Amino acid sequence: MNAMTTGFPILTLLTVLPLIGAVIALFAGRHARAVAIITALVCLIVSLIIWTRLPADGSIGLVELHNWAPSLGVEYHLGVDGLGALMLVLSAIVTLMSIDAAHRVHHMPGLFFGLVLMLEAGLFGSFTALNFFHWFLFWELSLIPAFFLIKLWGGPRRGPAATQFLVYTMAGSVALLVSFLAVFLSTGGANAPGTMDFVELAQLASSGVLTQMVTAHLGAVMPWLAIGVLAGFAVKVPLMPFHTWLPAAYAEAPSPVTMLLTGAMSKMGVYGLLRIAIPVFGVQIAAMRTPLLVLAVITVVMGAWAAAAQKDLKRVFAYSSVNHLGYCLLAIFALAVPAPGAAAQASQAAALNGVILQMFNHGLTAATIFWFMAIIQMRSGGLRGIDDFGGLRKPAPILAGLMGIALFSSLGLPGLNSFVSEFLIFRGVFPLSWVAATISVLGLLITAAVLLTVIQKVFNGPVPEHWAKFPDLHHAEWMALAPVIILMFLVGLVPQVILGNINPTAVHLLAHWRF
Amino acid sequence: MNYINLFRSTLPETALEIAALLVLFVDLGFLRKAARATRIAVAAVLGIAGCLAALWAVSIAGPFSAGNDLLLSAGGSAGVAQVAVLALTALTLLLLIDSDFTRNPGEYVAVVLMAAAGGLLISAAQDLLVIFAGLELLSLSLYILTAFAKQSGKSAESAIKYYVFGAMSAAFLLFGFSYLYGLTGSTNLHEIALAAAVGRAASATPLLYIALVMVAVGLGFKVAAVPFHLWAPDTYEGAPAPAAAFIASVSKVASFALLVGIGTAFFHVFDNLHRGVLFVRFGFPTRYLGLLAPWELILTVLAVASMIFGNLAALAQSSVRRLLAYSAIAHAGYILLGLAFFSWTNVSAQAVLYYIVTHGLTTIGAFGVVGVVERAVGSDRLEAFLGLQKRNPLLAAVMLVLFLSLAGIPPLVGFWAKFNLFAAVLRTSGGALPFTLVALAVLFSAVSLYYYLQVLKRVYVMPATDESPITARPVTVAVLVLITAAVVVLGCFPALLQSWIASFYPHP
Amino acid sequence: MLAWAIYISFAGALVSVLLPKDKPALARRWALAVAVAGLVIAIAGYAGGFGQGREVIVDALWVPSMGIHYMLAADGISRVLVLLTGIASVAGVLFSWNVELRTNQFFALYLALIGGVYGVFLSFDFFLLFFFYEIAIVPKYFLISIWGSTRREYGAMKLALYSFVGSAMVLIGLLAAYATAGSHSTALIDLAHAGLPVSFQMWCFPLVFVGFAILAGMWPFHTWAPTGHVAAPTAASMLLAGVVMKLGAYGCLRVAMGLFPHGLDPWGFSFIGIGSWRDVFAWLAVIGIVYGALVALAQTDFKFVIGYSSVSHMGFVLLGLMTLNQIGLDGAVLQMFSHGVIAGLLFAIVGRIVYDRTHTRQFAELETMHLSRRLPFAAWAFVVAGIASMGLPGFSGFVAELQVLVGSWRANPWWTVVAGVGIIVGVAYIWRALQKAFFTDALPTPHELESEEEHKFAPICWSEMAGVALLLASTLVVGIYPRILLDQIEPAVKALLAGGMQ
Repeated sequence: MNAMTTGFPILTLLTVLPLIGAVIALFAGRHARAVAIITALVCLIVSLIIWTRLPADGSIGLVELHNWAPSLGVEYHLGVDGLGALMLVLSAIVTLMSIDAAHRVHHMPGLFFGLVLMLEAGLFGSFTALNFFHWFLFWELSLIPAFFLIKLWGGPRRGPAATQFLVYTMAGSVALLVSFLAVFLSTGGANAPGTMDFVELAQLASSGVLTQMVTAHLGAVMPWLAIGVLAGFAVKVPLMPFHTWLPAAYAEAPSPVTMLLTGAMSKMGVYGLLRIAIPVFGVQIAAMRTPLLVLAVITVVMGAWAAAAQKDLKRVFAYSSVNHLGYCLLAIFALAVPAPGAAAQASQAAALNGVILQMFNHGLTAATIFWFMAIIQMRSGGLRGIDDFGGLRKPAPILAGLMGIALFSSLGLPGLNSFVSEFLIFRGVFPLSWVAATISVLGLLITAAVLLTVIQKVFNGPVPEHWAKFPDLHHAEWMALAPVIILMFLVGLVPQVILGNINPTAVHLLAHWRF
Repeated sequence: MNYINLFRSTLPETALEIAALLVLFVDLGFLRKAARATRIAVAAVLGIAGCLAALWAVSIAGPFSAGNDLLLSAGGSAGVAQVAVLALTALTLLLLIDSDFTRNPGEYVAVVLMAAAGGLLISAAQDLLVIFAGLELLSLSLYILTAFAKQSGKSAESAIKYYVFGAMSAAFLLFGFSYLYGLTGSTNLHEIALAAAVGRAASATPLLYIALVMVAVGLGFKVAAVPFHLWAPDTYEGAPAPAAAFIASVSKVASFALLVGIGTAFFHVFDNLHRGVLFVRFGFPTRYLGLLAPWELILTVLAVASMIFGNLAALAQSSVRRLLAYSAIAHAGYILLGLAFFSWTNVSAQAVLYYIVTHGLTTIGAFGVVGVVERAVGSDRLEAFLGLQKRNPLLAAVMLVLFLSLAGIPPLVGFWAKFNLFAAVLRTSGGALPFTLVALAVLFSAVSLYYYLQVLKRVYVMPATDESPITARPVTVAVLVLITAAVVVLGCFPALLQSWIASFYPHP
Repeated sequence: MLAWAIYISFAGALVSVLLPKDKPALARRWALAVAVAGLVIAIAGYAGGFGQGREVIVDALWVPSMGIHYMLAADGISRVLVLLTGIASVAGVLFSWNVELRTNQFFALYLALIGGVYGVFLSFDFFLLFFFYEIAIVPKYFLISIWGSTRREYGAMKLALYSFVGSAMVLIGLLAAYATAGSHSTALIDLAHAGLPVSFQMWCFPLVFVGFAILAGMWPFHTWAPTGHVAAPTAASMLLAGVVMKLGAYGCLRVAMGLFPHGLDPWGFSFIGIGSWRDVFAWLAVIGIVYGALVALAQTDFKFVIGYSSVSHMGFVLLGLMTLNQIGLDGAVLQMFSHGVIAGLLFAIVGRIVYDRTHTRQFAELETMHLSRRLPFAAWAFVVAGIASMGLPGFSGFVAELQVLVGSWRANPWWTVVAGVGIIVGVAYIWRALQKAFFTDALPTPHELESEEEHKFAPICWSEMAGVALLLASTLVVGIYPRILLDQIEPAVKALLAGGMQ
């Protein structure tokens, strides 16, 4: 157990802030959005402060540790490393973007922004928790606002979409819960409670004791527990074939909510894999590496392929999200090799850096693209078919330009953010599993083709009569968008701003993982 | 034979008889022209005065023996029962003040006082002849009381039924007594018990059984135990309310007191001889213990039958009086259980006395309410009680307390009575049988809640069809409130009554 | 001091009867004042009880001839349940603010019931406990049959008879224990130390346990619970689920298990894997958990869903009791509190906030009403309460049910597995109810909008908000900081376990 560095509880503060904001927003009526923006801004600042206060060696810092339910052996244990802190920053940015994008919510705005802020609190909580209990609390806490945001403000078929989203994720949660309960019960003695502390579990797992304990209590179920945990996260990311909830949910959710779903919530799954699944079930995952890699490759390729087949822009981007997160999964499963040599270790480090950076980049880029979707839909009266538009470049040059940048970022154009992370991922995965990497390149190509088709069909070509007066971005809009675009360039050109903090964490994590 | 002693012993009865004559004298001699209300009031007050005088007399009365044979006991169960009989009689007389079913209050009160005298006699009687005489005095008076509402056909009908059954049971009783005498050569209870245990009757088992069964028929009739209960519902339904209250309380108390006396005599036969010594000396087969085994068996059968049948039949009643009759049968079943598993110590006797006294009290109150409602509505059907809480909240509250007490809900006295009684049964003898029987009794008292709630549901829950207020007259209200208060207070402080009963017994 | 909660409630009931009939507002305020006073006493007693162990409040010889003591005392378990009673009673009054029919009688019965409940939780004499236990039965009957709804007379009578049969079984056990012990005392401690023979405990334990468990809604004796809950007026169903069912569970723990610990010993043979009463009751509890949840899933009446969910949640309490280990029993006691608060809240929302406005509880009709829009407060309160009921972390139910599951895992993993299925179904039925009652997808037709305009629902009044806030705060506080209760429950359970149970 780490030393009790219980200074100022900044992580708790970060989690509580949006909750307070949510309560205020609930009763703020039409001022709710202002409340939400202020809250989100403050959260962003706090998360940036956290980002600057990380331990240099990549270990977990800013720890808060309190006894919570002694009879259960549960502690309130918080802490972040580079991975967690980056996710905090990402969540703060995406939430701010989402709130900014949601300025047309007239129906129960207090509730809307209250739920968004609750969702943010759930994100913060789950990215800082180091004990399964409250991690799970926040994991669920983020799910419920998301459900209602889709259910109450979504498109025409929001009901089934919301339910599907909920049922899938709940089923995943149950699998997670059952697995962890089994671990918890196995680690407990006759009178001593078990543990669900991620750090302790990781230590037990890396020394091999955990498998012995579980086997002694329950028999050889460890692989099944690993599958349960993987399933829980796979639904959230998603990994094919657990993705079927996603297109409907992303498409039916209002665009600001889709931004949150894809920008931040999907990261909870990847984060869970890195923070929980790999450290605790590394050995079992390594044993299942090949089938998992197959699934990841399928996710990458089929995600891109499915995106190509869509007519609805939101669905196009939904599937392309699946494709992009597929890279993360690919890298995570690829680096699960037992006893790597020195070269393999370097590849692992590259892949892990790539994964973490890709999480950030995808969050940023996908959220931006859906933001543009919100802007377009607002102007088109809800139309969003890929064939509904044409030549928008002419009436709306700024819109076309900025969205073009976002799309190019998404397809991995060098100089923009995603290029760095996807490059790192492929750099790491090729030596570890060249087959998987080679097939996955196909995904890159298809995605590029899809996105270029989108640019072609929406922004180029002749302008239909009714779009001749398609309004361009006004000041407020592009001023809000500009920082994000700048950030894309910044990360693309100077990735060191992020990698500087990520790399120690990646090294630290890899040093403690055991496959 | 010492007549001074006899006079002293029977002073309470004498006081009652004098009061009865006085009532007749005053009523017929001076008040023939007076208003009926005045006549009733005067008669009742005189009767109550007689009761009070008798109460005083009870405190100075002593036991009476003829030669070596005890005829009338004093103190113990006799003392408790006599006080209870007199107090309850006074209460029923108070209820009379507000009723108007008769034009001959003097006769009514006189008969009541004579019945009470019979009750006093059997409470204390230790001799078969005295028992029979007392019982007949009581029974004959009750037949008359039942028929006292002369305008009512039901009253006459029920009196006839009561009389026919009563006469027959008296015949059975006498028949049984004659066998007992023939077998044991004595009419004294203690002598009979001793003879049956160690004397010449000890080998005459089948005859003894027959004799005891006959006695049980006679006494079972008095306490309305199944299967000798048939008169009870009709009588409760047909008799005028104060008479019914008297039958349900005073007569029951006296009859059970008689059973307690008999039980005490039978069970305490070995008081002076150590039980074990007796076994060794006479080598009795263990299954045969004088009168105990057959008597226990008979009472047990009666108890079980009464509990089951009384409770089940009560479920189907639509007349509150009949319901009360069947519930009284069920209660008789519980009490008989306590008598069947009688203790060598005074525990059982005291528990039974506690039960009958409180049950008598509660029943008088219940009949008081029924009487008021009946007079206002003209019926004692369940429907007559619809919306009583609106028509007269006080009566409704009284009803609530009394019925819940009958059902055995704490903190009311009925609960204590049951608890006390069942605890006494279990403390008396271990083993599966008493336990099973107590379990049965407790479960059936759970069943009984259903029919008590049927009445209370009409009172409190269901909407009234007629919302005109019902007024009760002040004396009745006072009596009812007094009884209700007693039920609650004795329920909260059960030790009061217990220690009072215990005070009649010599301290060990 | 805690004893005053009993006296105040009974005195309050008495005064309430005597209040003028035509001034419902007065009766209401009086009842609220009494309930709040009870809560204040409960809180003060609870706060003063940290680290105290068992405190004897009163010990007087009540019926000397039978050795019956008037003995009131409190240990951690009692204090937690007294606290629950205080909270539930205040909330119940708040949710009964709109009772206009015979208001003074309503609150009189209500307060009498509360007084009886306080009494049970504080009694340390078997007889006294039984005494208060029975006192609680009668007010229930009248509360339901007079102020109830759907089939109220049937529901009330069924409940009264079930309770009375249960208490008859307890009474038999009480009499038998008293007679067998021969210690001439009915104080629980004396009876526990009387050294009752194992063979006696073997048959007396199931008798008393079942007697109490009937009131705790143990399958298959649970059938009074859904009908009773549904028929009852809101406050009564809150109390029924909130505290009265706890009476049963408390009796199981304090009396049945405390006096007859050897009743849980193995029989010495086993039949289809069941070798002791412990196995029998644990499986019944587990069946109750799953059965209640499954039946709740199939209901068309909103309140029945909650009624059956109570059966399911009370199964956790009974299962926790049967684990016979520290963590499971901790969980059971905590679950008593948790379910008391959460079920109270659910009943309040369904019975008071929704039903009193819509006058229907059928999902088919509620679906057409678009309640999430017209009664957003109810909808969101139900969302939170439902989440709490599902046992999601952050609410009291999670800690409680988890502890029960962990405890039962140590006793018999299969119990945990089957009970876990119940939890999953629990999520499903709450979600189904939520969707059907509040969040339907169908958009209102113009005609419906018109009629909505005409029949506006009465606005949510302060008493409802206060009640919801009180109950929600309770479950949240315990969920976020369970030690607030566990610190008192644990030593008490430890003492109980050390005092005889395996």
